Amino acid sequence: MLSIFTTFADWLAYSVLGLEQGSKLGGSVQFFIEDTTKIFFLLVVMIYVIALIRASLNVERIRDYLAGKNRFIGYFMGSTFGAITPFCSCSSIPVFLGFTSASIPVGITMSFLLTSPLINEVAVLLLLSLVGWKVTAIYVAVGMAVGIAGGIFLDLIHAEKLLQPFALKAYQTAESPNSEPGIKTKLTLIERHEFAKTELLDILGRVWKWVFIGVALGAALHGFVPESWFEENLGSGQWWSVPAAVLAGIPLYSNATGVIPVMESLIVKGLPLGTTLAFCMSTVAASFPEFILLKQVMTWKLLAIIFVLLLTSFTLVGWIVNLITVL
Amino acid sequence: MKQIQVLGSGCAKCVKTAELIQLIANESDVSVNVTKETNPETIMNYGVMSTPAVVVDNQVVHTGSIPDRKKIEGWLK
Repeated sequence: MLSIFTTFADWLAYSVLGLEQGSKLGGSVQFFIEDTTKIFFLLVVMIYVIALIRASLNVERIRDYLAGKNRFIGYFMGSTFGAITPFCSCSSIPVFLGFTSASIPVGITMSFLLTSPLINEVAVLLLLSLVGWKVTAIYVAVGMAVGIAGGIFLDLIHAEKLLQPFALKAYQTAESPNSEPGIKTKLTLIERHEFAKTELLDILGRVWKWVFIGVALGAALHGFVPESWFEENLGSGQWWSVPAAVLAGIPLYSNATGVIPVMESLIVKGLPLGTTLAFCMSTVAASFPEFILLKQVMTWKLLAIIFVLLLTSFTLVGWIVNLITVL
Repeated sequence: MKQIQVLGSGCAKCVKTAELIQLIANESDVSVNVTKETNPETIMNYGVMSTPAVVVDNQVVHTGSIPDRKKIEGWLK
């Protein structure tokens, strides 16, 4: 079904624009057209369908669900909810405080917040259609593992002591939250449609530019980096290439939607999977703008700990995946 | 005069929400005082987790999205 986009891109790049088949520019343009049309088609269809299903799930209900759960189930569920609930990074502070003031441990809240940018339905669908189910499964497993392990670690070091004083106080004195419990009304099909429509426009409005930037970068890599360059230079997964990839990802800031077309190109060019994952996750999750936001509720010390924690786990992930895929 | 607060950490949607409320109030000649509240502690004390949220006379009446015109007109009555 998706081959229609390849045919369309071939036709537009080689027949209409008259680019030479097999040339660097031709290959890049063809890749760009194919990926943007395919990605936007998938985004529109899938965001709408998933939002229809997800319409009655909101952060208030998740909070009610996570409050009072056994810790270890809590980390897992926190991370799972993080993966399936997309929310704008501008909501992360109210969500953090809402969870904390309901006396949900900081580690469980962080499992939610760390997993959320890494995994979402858009990223998973793009991965599935661009690089296949195996890489998708590894990506999801790794993303959740980082979220869960990060949460457990933060509780072990009693991260709540490193919150801003008012947040710590809210955590310790948590009575039942003074907001209304999550609404559990059954939605009609029309309400679901309205919700899905709003979600679709909202998410597309947020990610469209990342798709263009991501695909353009992917296309440039695809056309202009020689076929065997990565393979020859980094193909055997040299140990230093993983931390180098993580460091390279820090100043780059993208969301998961933008980074996946780049990921596709890197893998096709023979960069080892672990190195690719390390680079992409670092780009998505270790971003300064979001860390600065978290400063409102955390001390610098805790922020620094979380930052180092992320970099360390992405490096470990890269090494482990490289090791497994070599065997 | 009605006191209306828009809660949110300064994202684009919160700004739009405040502007929309002011606009509709002007159109229907209701005098309101629309303010934006960005302090996370205050937002937390209202128990709000999804922004933008709207508080009319100290009551949270809306959370999580830009409210539609009908809703806003309802608050201004």
